[in-house]
Amino acid sequence: MNHTSSLSWRSLLNIGLLAGLAIVYTGLIGMIQVFSERGIIAGVLTMGQIMIFLPPLVAGYMAARRSREQGAGRMILNAGLAGLIAAVLPVILVLLIRQLDVMGVDIRSMFVNASKALIDHLTFERGIGPGLAMLVGFMTALGLAGGALMALPERIRQTLITGTTWVIGIGLLSEFMIQILRNLFGNQAGRSIFQAGALKPIPALIIFIVTAGIYYFWQLQGANIRARYARSGEGTKQTFQRTSVGLLGILLLMLPWIVGTFLSEVLANVGLYVLMALGLNIAVGLAGLLDLGYVTNFAVGAYVMGALTSTGPLGLAELNFWIVLPISVLAAMTTGFLLALPVLRMRGDYLAIATLGFGEIIRLLALSDWLAPYIGGAQGILFIPKPHIGSLTIDTPETFYYLILAACFIMLFISIRLNNSRTGRQWMAMREDEDAAGAMGIDTTLAKLLAFTLSAASGGLAGAIFASKLGAIFPHSFSLLISINVLSIIIVGGMGSIPGIVVGALALIGLPELLREFSDYRLLLYGALLIIMMLVRPEGLWPSAVRRRELQSDAAEAAAAD
Amino acid sequence: MAASAKPARTGFLSKDYFERMTWVDWVLNALRVLILALVIIGATNTLLSGKYTLAQWVSLIMSGLAQGSIYALIALGYTLVYGILLMINFAHGEVYMAGAFTAYFIADWTAKSGLLASAPVIAVLIWVIVAALVSMGVAVLLERVAYRPLRGAPRLVPLITAIGASFFLQYTFRGLYGTGFKSYPAVPIIQGSVAIGGFNILIAQLVVFFSALVLMLALYWLIERTKMGKAMRAVSEDKEVSRLMGIDIDRVIVFTFLLGGALAGAAGVINGLYRPQGVNFFMGFFPGIKAFTAAVLGGIGSVPGAMLGGIFLGIIESVGPSLILDGLGINSANQLKDVIAFTMLVFVLIFRPQGILGERLKEKKA
Repeated sequence: MNHTSSLSWRSLLNIGLLAGLAIVYTGLIGMIQVFSERGIIAGVLTMGQIMIFLPPLVAGYMAARRSREQGAGRMILNAGLAGLIAAVLPVILVLLIRQLDVMGVDIRSMFVNASKALIDHLTFERGIGPGLAMLVGFMTALGLAGGALMALPERIRQTLITGTTWVIGIGLLSEFMIQILRNLFGNQAGRSIFQAGALKPIPALIIFIVTAGIYYFWQLQGANIRARYARSGEGTKQTFQRTSVGLLGILLLMLPWIVGTFLSEVLANVGLYVLMALGLNIAVGLAGLLDLGYVTNFAVGAYVMGALTSTGPLGLAELNFWIVLPISVLAAMTTGFLLALPVLRMRGDYLAIATLGFGEIIRLLALSDWLAPYIGGAQGILFIPKPHIGSLTIDTPETFYYLILAACFIMLFISIRLNNSRTGRQWMAMREDEDAAGAMGIDTTLAKLLAFTLSAASGGLAGAIFASKLGAIFPHSFSLLISINVLSIIIVGGMGSIPGIVVGALALIGLPELLREFSDYRLLLYGALLIIMMLVRPEGLWPSAVRRRELQSDAAEAAAAD
Repeated sequence: MAASAKPARTGFLSKDYFERMTWVDWVLNALRVLILALVIIGATNTLLSGKYTLAQWVSLIMSGLAQGSIYALIALGYTLVYGILLMINFAHGEVYMAGAFTAYFIADWTAKSGLLASAPVIAVLIWVIVAALVSMGVAVLLERVAYRPLRGAPRLVPLITAIGASFFLQYTFRGLYGTGFKSYPAVPIIQGSVAIGGFNILIAQLVVFFSALVLMLALYWLIERTKMGKAMRAVSEDKEVSRLMGIDIDRVIVFTFLLGGALAGAAGVINGLYRPQGVNFFMGFFPGIKAFTAAVLGGIGSVPGAMLGGIFLGIIESVGPSLILDGLGINSANQLKDVIAFTMLVFVLIFRPQGILGERLKEKKA
């Protein structure tokens, strides 16, 4: 029992039951049903089925891993048992729903998703008896498969997982792959690989083999290639870096043509969030000031743009977009500065709640009838014109993509420079220990004001572009959820890490827009991600070097203290 | 504590007060004066104009008192947890929602089965028990899964986790019970009003106030008079020393979350009695933040403070729009009720983070 690598029956039971609970949970909140619409491999596998199959697989893997010193026999037994136990709760759920149905109790009046559809998905539409037998069989088999995966050598396991991940990823994004292929090669190309919004089986297999193969090759040769690159002269390295940056630049510029109108729209939205996240990153990531009212800056930028350019009844000046753009940014910075003044003395969690309060106050004021004569109240400001460059009007998603891309690059440049500047280091010192930073001669008041003000600029810029992109603004576009979205991007990507922000925005904003059925569960997943990131990987997906060092030494200290 | 040998407080009248003022203090003081002036001008204008009768004020105060008791019950959950773990349980509003939302289905069932009509007290007690159990379950789960592994982590880490947990819980219950608003069945015996001292007062408001009061007194007794309460106070004083004294810290923390959860669940049902229109998955978020305001207002970590703060906030929020905003010439002031609450939140955090009754936080917070 006390031996760490042996698995007691009780933990085995726990692992299995947890896996079963995961299935029951996703079923009852409706995810399995909704995601069953999304095919991965046509006629073979849907996303909903993955949600049923993944828990027993993981349970089997975990069970085998924790009993690996008890011999191969126990490993297999435990893995299979874990899968079998995982089936218990789903089976009970199905039987229960059916029994209640027979008794005439309307369970759906409480659990809206405990429906016939859920039973069908869990029993593979084969009826209760054979369906449940199938479920139990499948889950035991998957448990065993998980155990087998554990037993494989690390390299092969990683290869298999990589290949599968790619197939699932591409399968998930089938609809968009089809659009891209149609844009590039015409209608026929999409149809040969995809069918009904999912991968065809043979192409899926090919993708699996190719990606797994590349990964395996990299496993064998990666170290060599990296070593050769490290040994190569400065010149070669520079050429390599320049070429890759150049290729990336060309790719970014060509993206709207490759992906088409709808995806350009998605990319433009991702870009707006990248802008905001870059801004918030200054406050949260660099200076350690948790700002939950970031939407304020976005709203100010948007409202200034709306009020000064609108050709409608609420328009004040009907100015040109390009004149108002800097004014919006300045207005946002001023707001950032003014709202920073009262909170200068606050730290940590109180600061977070106070900024959240500011955000809500601004939204409620924007919504109120009191200010409605000036900013439109709930009706918002309409008739915001599109920007022009000479005779070219920026009005399509593609053209807005370029505008936003340009804005992102400006902010990226500023962020990177700030990151490595004296000010940036002051912020980081303040983030680590405000008192110590003050004692070292850093004017923390000034540093905080600067952080809030600069961080607001980017939000204002995003807001201004957002206003003219949408052509109208409403208070409900400026809810707390925007702040939470931006915060999630930073945390998932890695606080203080600029590439992390881009990755985070693509994953958190891009993916849900691509997969419509995500939209209902978007915040559920964000919430889960925030928790999991904090528990498992507080440094984020793509951490900044400084942050990584810190958190690791924190962990080491904590371990030493225990 | 040795560190408590602080220099004598520099009061407003002391000689070097002005010398020590930095420009930030000037700004903050100006802000203070501005807010105070606005409040005074608004209130005098309204009172002089005689726009509202005394009866209207009394009814506003009573509705504030009822709303405030609900805030107070939720605030206790924040305060208890903060007192012991020094963390803001941002998801506590969702603990409240979970109980209220789940108990709706039981309430609906008791109404349909006739139990509510034949034995209303028993029926409502069943609602309260169900709500409290669900909220306790959610609170303990939250502690076990999300907070316990992060004890001792940097302060922002558990806060971010709590924000995540808040949204996770909201959307879990949205998935489970659907998106619509559900209305608690009306309880016949608490309808209508009574005349007290010449004013008509809604019975529901009195019931809300007194049931909250009973719960708070029970909590106070539990903390001051029982062994577990003593342990809780010890842990909030000093975790390490309490551990050395043989107190099981984990048990105390779980018990704290249980208590907070039970009060929040009860608050959920009381809210349902008072305002039957609408429980839904988002119902806990803003009351949660307001209850946090109440907890800070009273002095976070202080149990009587949370009660006081809750009731104070409820009354300000209810009276404020008519009293202050009306007097400033702001139209449709009632829309700005929440603005008052949030302004209060911000200003309490700025000017008196230790609250009305809290003192000891000052050293710990730094």
